Amino acid sequence: MRAALTILAVAALASVPLWLRDPYLLNALITTGIFVIGAMSLNLLLGFTGQLSLGHIAFFGIGAYVSALTSLGFDIGLPGGFRLVHEPWPPILGFVLAILFAGTCGYFVGLLSFRVRGAYFVIVTISFAEVVRLVALNWVELTQGPLALTNVPSIALPLAGVGELTLRTKLQNYYLVLAVGLIAYLLIARLVHSHFGRAMRGLMENETLAVSVGIDVTRTLTLAAVISAAIAGAAGSLYAHYIRIIDPEVFAFINTVTMVIMVISGGKGSLAGPVVGGLIFGLLPVALRPIMAPEGQWIAYGGVLIAILFVLPRGIVPSLAQRFAARRSGKTPLAPVALAETGVKERV
Amino acid sequence: MTVAMTIEQVAVRFGGLVAISDMSFTVGEGEILSLIGPNGAGKTTAFNVMTGFLEPSAGRVTYQGTALNGLKPHQIADLGLIRTFQRTSVFPNDTVYDNLLIGLHRQGRVGLVDAILGLPRARASERKLRQRASELMEWVGLERRAHDAAGSLSYGEQRLVGVALALAAEPSMLLLDEPVSGMNASETHRFVELIRGIRGRGITILLVEHDMPMVMTVSDRIVVLNYGRIIAEGTPEVIRNDPAVIEAYLGHGAARA
Amino acid sequence: MSEFLQHLVNMLVLGGTYALLGIGLTLIFGIMNVVNFTHGVLYTFGAYIMFIVVHQLGLNFFLALPVAVLAGWLLGAAIELTLLRPLRGSDIDTTMLVMIGAWIAMQSGALWIWGGVAKSVATPFPEAPLVLGPVSVSWLRLFVLAAAAFLILVTYLLINRTRLGRAMRATFQDHDTASLMGVNVDLIYTSTFAIGSSLAAAAGALLGPVYVIFPQMGDLAAVKAFAIVILGGLGNITGAVIGGFILALAEELGAGYVSSGYRDAMGFVIIIAVLIFKPTGLFARSERVG
Repeated sequence: MRAALTILAVAALASVPLWLRDPYLLNALITTGIFVIGAMSLNLLLGFTGQLSLGHIAFFGIGAYVSALTSLGFDIGLPGGFRLVHEPWPPILGFVLAILFAGTCGYFVGLLSFRVRGAYFVIVTISFAEVVRLVALNWVELTQGPLALTNVPSIALPLAGVGELTLRTKLQNYYLVLAVGLIAYLLIARLVHSHFGRAMRGLMENETLAVSVGIDVTRTLTLAAVISAAIAGAAGSLYAHYIRIIDPEVFAFINTVTMVIMVISGGKGSLAGPVVGGLIFGLLPVALRPIMAPEGQWIAYGGVLIAILFVLPRGIVPSLAQRFAARRSGKTPLAPVALAETGVKERV
Repeated sequence: MTVAMTIEQVAVRFGGLVAISDMSFTVGEGEILSLIGPNGAGKTTAFNVMTGFLEPSAGRVTYQGTALNGLKPHQIADLGLIRTFQRTSVFPNDTVYDNLLIGLHRQGRVGLVDAILGLPRARASERKLRQRASELMEWVGLERRAHDAAGSLSYGEQRLVGVALALAAEPSMLLLDEPVSGMNASETHRFVELIRGIRGRGITILLVEHDMPMVMTVSDRIVVLNYGRIIAEGTPEVIRNDPAVIEAYLGHGAARA
Repeated sequence: MSEFLQHLVNMLVLGGTYALLGIGLTLIFGIMNVVNFTHGVLYTFGAYIMFIVVHQLGLNFFLALPVAVLAGWLLGAAIELTLLRPLRGSDIDTTMLVMIGAWIAMQSGALWIWGGVAKSVATPFPEAPLVLGPVSVSWLRLFVLAAAAFLILVTYLLINRTRLGRAMRATFQDHDTASLMGVNVDLIYTSTFAIGSSLAAAAGALLGPVYVIFPQMGDLAAVKAFAIVILGGLGNITGAVIGGFILALAEELGAGYVSSGYRDAMGFVIIIAVLIFKPTGLFARSERVG
């Protein structure tokens, strides 16, 4: 049932460019898709380990900068009079390096920030993202600071025997984002349904009990942080090569908030949640643009975040799943999310 | 009798407050040992020290030859030393069945790549875990509640889930913190049978409990704590007639023994 | 040496306002367990009230400050009543996200109403600074320091010498027990949030004329407030005052001896360093373990 629904959703998404010819809307869908990947990676922390990381955009931005710099090259001075010169590499290598580098950052940030919880964790993650933003702004030799890195090349896929396929058109980029999104979705799904996912859930629900049955807190949370950061890095790389210009504003806190809204509205801890929430909130500005000034849009954004927390605190997907399950069984189940997500069906 | 656990001169102080002043005793392999004493005598503190949730101010705990000082709770769990908690301790939003799967964490370790790619090794491990979870559920008699959220169960049933969770972690020694508090007589009776069954599998048991009749029935040996010190130690027969124990309990007006 | 003395004087002036910001935030966290992301917006709000009173209403500069405090109080009470009271009992993550939503909406509201162009406030103080030997300090900044010190003193007396303050302290210790003992916890929460907000507005009203006023000015102020509160320990008022001065010193020295581009990074660096090395803050009360 779930599998059928997933295949249907993928088929629907894959068919979009066949009937949607408007380049403006296609562009909105591509950037939304990139942010949805970011939101999915955030959901791994927020929904499956219960850690409210509000510095997630840092990994997205780091991925974007690493990928852009790998493909553009750079020449910087180091302490002691040395120079580090990097010749441009193919963008596809930038994509790989973005994943590795963001994942590594995720490891260190996780190791340090998981020493604190709750409000402290939130504030330390925000601070991390702001420090990275200030570095991107002030290390002009590497990042061009506010002048931005421009002319970032498009991603080119090496094709055996044919040479290279450079993804310049919106259509090509749409399918690239869809493919990466699908891989990220499957990866997260496999992870949370595995032994590792159960350890994460255990920690989220009752940390004391979880460690008492042998679950290693630091290892489990750090693993989640690394995978989450790596996926965010991949999304950042896609962003850099699609938009083709990257400046320190990518680290703006509002971008983290956008991802958080996508996750919370769709339903944290639900695999489809960030996709549903992401499509709604990614495309909402497109719908609002003709009728509202940008300030008005942001006011609406804040208002909608508050409204969701008041009206649908668990998010759209879990609420719908509950209603659907209730209709089928004729009673209200107690924990539909847990039931739906844990793969109990294999036994039934 | 081989010694499973040695507690040597353990002391715990919180600031100026002495929770345990000087505690030494041993637990034999395959034994059911009870730790009793009036409220505030330091029983739960002792449990916390033995399972790594609290670092003692002085002294040491050794389990099967390994010193536990400085180990984290999950590392101690890896030695086969598993505890339950006084208050309800389940993963409330998960089903009973999934609770047990989480509890089987130590048995299910597979590589990350195996797990994500769903390689045969990971699949085989999952099959084994599911099999084991079903067995455990049957063993504690909760198979009817398998697909209910653990948080929705009755208090007594949640205690059973807690024990099953601890058993899922394959303990060689099980520490039970007031397992029958809040249970009715028939539930308690069933629980005593369960404890005997667990010992029958060769698992050493350390029990903290207020229910004196239950302690007297099930224990091989009893250690009595009062104000952070051991005031008596011996078989239920010896403890029942120990003047210091009677004094400690009567003095507190809690002479349920 | 004289340069260093000048930094110290600047630190004193800046530290007083930072302390105000920090006290407001730490009060709200300590008593209500809410991480108040609207704190920076209230700072901005206070600054705009200053601007409106002086330039649009044409009233006296010194009258504008109490008006800003009152306006901050009212806005804070309104936020508490509409957004936080209905969420009483929710987890801290939910209230944090609601506060983030309120912050975004209110900041964009400020941009909508007042536009993005920076505004400055004319003050009645002479342009020429007061020169004392090697150091000089403007009269405006001296007034800011005096006013901040006065407001800190008032807050201190309010918390330690009044019935409301006693109820606030009781709620801080244990709100269940406080409510059992007849403390109206709802009233305490609203008062706390209103007081914290009025302090943020006061800080904005004081620093607004020193710098310029624009809708996003509160973001950095909020970060600084967080840094101060983390330095001092969440919920610790004396810690917040000391934290305010430490942050001011770090910024002065950072800007003076490292690079002015990283001046505003000092707050974040402090946050990360404190949380990594001493997560309970420098002045946390010792807690019983277990």
